[in-house]
Amino acid sequence: MLNAVKREIPEAVLAGRPVYQGKYARDGQRLHKAAPTITQAIKPKATKLYASLKAACEACGAHDGMTFSFHTEYRNGDKVAALAAKVLIEDLGLKDITVAATSLGDAQANFAQYIENGQITGVQTSGVRGVIGEAISAGKLKTPAVIRSHGGRPRAIAAGEVHIDIAFLAAASSDEFGNASGINGKNNCGSLGFAIDDAHYADHVIVVTDTLADFPNEPAAINAVDVDAVCVIDQVGDASKIATKEARMTQDPRELMMAQDVAKVIAASPDFKDGFSFQTGVGGPSLAVNRFLEQAMTARQIKMSFALGGTSKAICDLQDKGLVKYILDTQDFDQGAIAHFASEPRHLECSLDQYANPGNKGAFVNNLDFVVLSALEVDVDFNVNVVTGSDGVLRGAPGGHPDTAAGAKCCIIVTPLTRGRMPTVCDSVVTVTTPGDAVDVLVTDYGIAVNPARPDIIAQLDAAGIKHVTIEALRDKAYALVGAPDPLQWEDRVVAVVEGRDGSVVDVVRQVKPFTF
Amino acid sequence: MIPRPTPQKVRIRRSMMFMNAQKPNLLKDAYIYGVDSIIMDLEDAVAENQKDSARFSLFNALKHIDYGDTEVIVRINGLDTPHWQEDVRVCVAAGVDGIRIAKCESAADVHAVEDAVAAAEKEFGVTPGRTLLMAALESPIGIMHAYEICTASKRLFGAAISAGDLRKSLHVKIEQGGLEMFVARSQVVMAARAAGVQCFDTMWPNLDDQAGFEAETLQARKLGFDGKSLINPRQIAFVHQTFEPTKAEIAYAEKLIRSFNAQQDSGVGVYTVDGKLVDVPFFDDARRVLAQAKEIGIYHGEL
Amino acid sequence: MELKHEALAGTLESSDAQVTVRPAAELTLDIQSSVLNQYGRQIKAVAEATLARLGVTSGEVAIVDKGALDCTLKARIETAVYRSADLSAAGIAWGVLA
Repeated sequence: MLNAVKREIPEAVLAGRPVYQGKYARDGQRLHKAAPTITQAIKPKATKLYASLKAACEACGAHDGMTFSFHTEYRNGDKVAALAAKVLIEDLGLKDITVAATSLGDAQANFAQYIENGQITGVQTSGVRGVIGEAISAGKLKTPAVIRSHGGRPRAIAAGEVHIDIAFLAAASSDEFGNASGINGKNNCGSLGFAIDDAHYADHVIVVTDTLADFPNEPAAINAVDVDAVCVIDQVGDASKIATKEARMTQDPRELMMAQDVAKVIAASPDFKDGFSFQTGVGGPSLAVNRFLEQAMTARQIKMSFALGGTSKAICDLQDKGLVKYILDTQDFDQGAIAHFASEPRHLECSLDQYANPGNKGAFVNNLDFVVLSALEVDVDFNVNVVTGSDGVLRGAPGGHPDTAAGAKCCIIVTPLTRGRMPTVCDSVVTVTTPGDAVDVLVTDYGIAVNPARPDIIAQLDAAGIKHVTIEALRDKAYALVGAPDPLQWEDRVVAVVEGRDGSVVDVVRQVKPFTF
Repeated sequence: MIPRPTPQKVRIRRSMMFMNAQKPNLLKDAYIYGVDSIIMDLEDAVAENQKDSARFSLFNALKHIDYGDTEVIVRINGLDTPHWQEDVRVCVAAGVDGIRIAKCESAADVHAVEDAVAAAEKEFGVTPGRTLLMAALESPIGIMHAYEICTASKRLFGAAISAGDLRKSLHVKIEQGGLEMFVARSQVVMAARAAGVQCFDTMWPNLDDQAGFEAETLQARKLGFDGKSLINPRQIAFVHQTFEPTKAEIAYAEKLIRSFNAQQDSGVGVYTVDGKLVDVPFFDDARRVLAQAKEIGIYHGEL
Repeated sequence: MELKHEALAGTLESSDAQVTVRPAAELTLDIQSSVLNQYGRQIKAVAEATLARLGVTSGEVAIVDKGALDCTLKARIETAVYRSADLSAAGIAWGVLA
């Protein structure tokens, strides 16, 4: 069945889901929320501590065919997810396991073997990189992986489409009762925004920490009322890999040029006024936008009401300078942001539900003025791919990309026109992860293009004397430089489904056919 | 094959950015930063055993990449090397706009390159006289001969002072305020203006010292240079804003021309603007300022 | 053009290609590339056209491509072939290469 981004979705893949019909197609529809089935703790018990993760798993009824979840606030330094999978599969010998992750990467590299062995049979995630992506793309996973955005994930969980049997939630600190947080420990990650919804919806919750705190460990991100068990291990995460010391401001002239152009586009908008809201990433040009935006804010004497999403020290610095009223933080990208989160009262923790869930009564993204995002590919319909590489292999993360794009008044994609030989602007992206109807402006090193659906932005740029071209002109320029790419060769088998934030099917990823001349 | 517009001897050259001619990443699109001229370097940036490779790289880049309105100049190897003649051949065959003669010391040096260029234009069927020249003055004798060099060829559009080697020969190092290069810089400006060609200041080597770079750039403008060489796109914006006419200069030039036109029409022989007597050179300078402002795209008036 | 001895051109840096040629009885072409799926066919076509234009009818040609543009690939092949024939320093028939 053909969807609104012109992708043919096989009926078998839909499994009751609608195809994508537009960014607001399901607005106003009713949604029944699924509640977890929990084990009541009526009889007083002073501690929920278990001697081992295995014992905690047994107490929480770990079983064949179960789904376990975890968060990736420890990013590449995470040690808990890999350990949880090892305990379930190797120590307890469980089969037919489904993983419900906020992301998957090198820190969970042991999953690739479990997938290959047929022990992990299902994957639901908001991102997938490294060997796990390669294993899935090679067709090793029994059922197609489901890729959801950061907002789509809590929607699917709340809607009961993903039912979590046990959530393993890494915490920097916890008391014996399960009041847990991302700070006050030996290995802090700052915000635990990725973990909060799992605590509310999983049948069982096991908090895993390396720092036991006195009761009550407040302020807590994970509330003890949601926690069945607490386990102490040596180290929840490798501090050096949790986050870089400070996400460095780029010195690359190309990235700086693009960042400056993004700031110009923002400054040309009538929404760039006192009290505006903003989100940007930590990629080179995205992070550098903060610097140029600061200049524009200072010149106009305006302040930001809130900065949303993943947080770097650059935005914390803006808050310290009095230019940002609130930071609503889903995850911390560097040590500076983690320290700032722990000390600044207006730097607040934000769950993925609050952040981006389209299945609630209004997430923060719906109140966002500007978002600046990167892309692996953008096509002439402004569809964005952030999940498959040019060889068709899964190696990326939608994260909050589709959510912020759909929510923000103005979504700006910033990317170089080519990466090496690969054209970033193309006829048709390998995989649609963010539909073009949510994307407004594309800024490249070769020029700016505005989605024709936004004549208001075109008029703003013209009035400000900012040059822009059609996206087709950018594609032509890219192809003139690197040549038009040949289409990828695929097997029939679907290895992953890209689910829209509203639960519709946006695209599928098929098994890669090895190249032959 | 990408056709290039006919090179213009007189054009805006605020910024000339060096780049290694054998680095594919740089060749691909150095023009996107809006530099006026790019200088593809076959000389110092290229190792002795890669001179051949750099020529193939340069040739194919120019044949396949559209550099648009950005001027493409190539710095060839010195006349005391075995490389320069083949450098000239590849430049002409590839259709570069101009050749920068490294370590130029005399009119004879210019003539030698001019002859090789003419021969290559004939060999490759390039319009005779198409390929322009510029001279890099980087030795005391080159500076002393600045005027004869600047007047040596109709192809020559300007001279650049190149301070790296020059400082060594002069037994000086970079001084705050540029005292050590003052005479050499002034001599190059004087010679270029006397010959009616352009002149360009040396590049600032220390990327991390932005204050030093800005001070030197401002000084070069005050001394009368038309532009400056540079090594990183980050330096372009400041160089451009320094070497382009200010709003006040444009406004005054406009006023001068308007009053010249008005007074000429009424047959007045002595010109006054704002109550001051002005001479003919004032008007020539005003026309130059307006032409430059138009070319850069910062003047949209009808003059 | 006849290949006389092994010769190499280019680097393994991103956007470059390293080309190695050596004499052999038959013409063989080995291509490795970081962008094989989408540009393998074009890389092969450029390599074959360049070798044909240079009149290389025998020899082993190995290309390790790191996402080079066609013009870079062509330059590296030309350099390697001219080097192999000891003709790369001067007197190149630039008019014919275009």
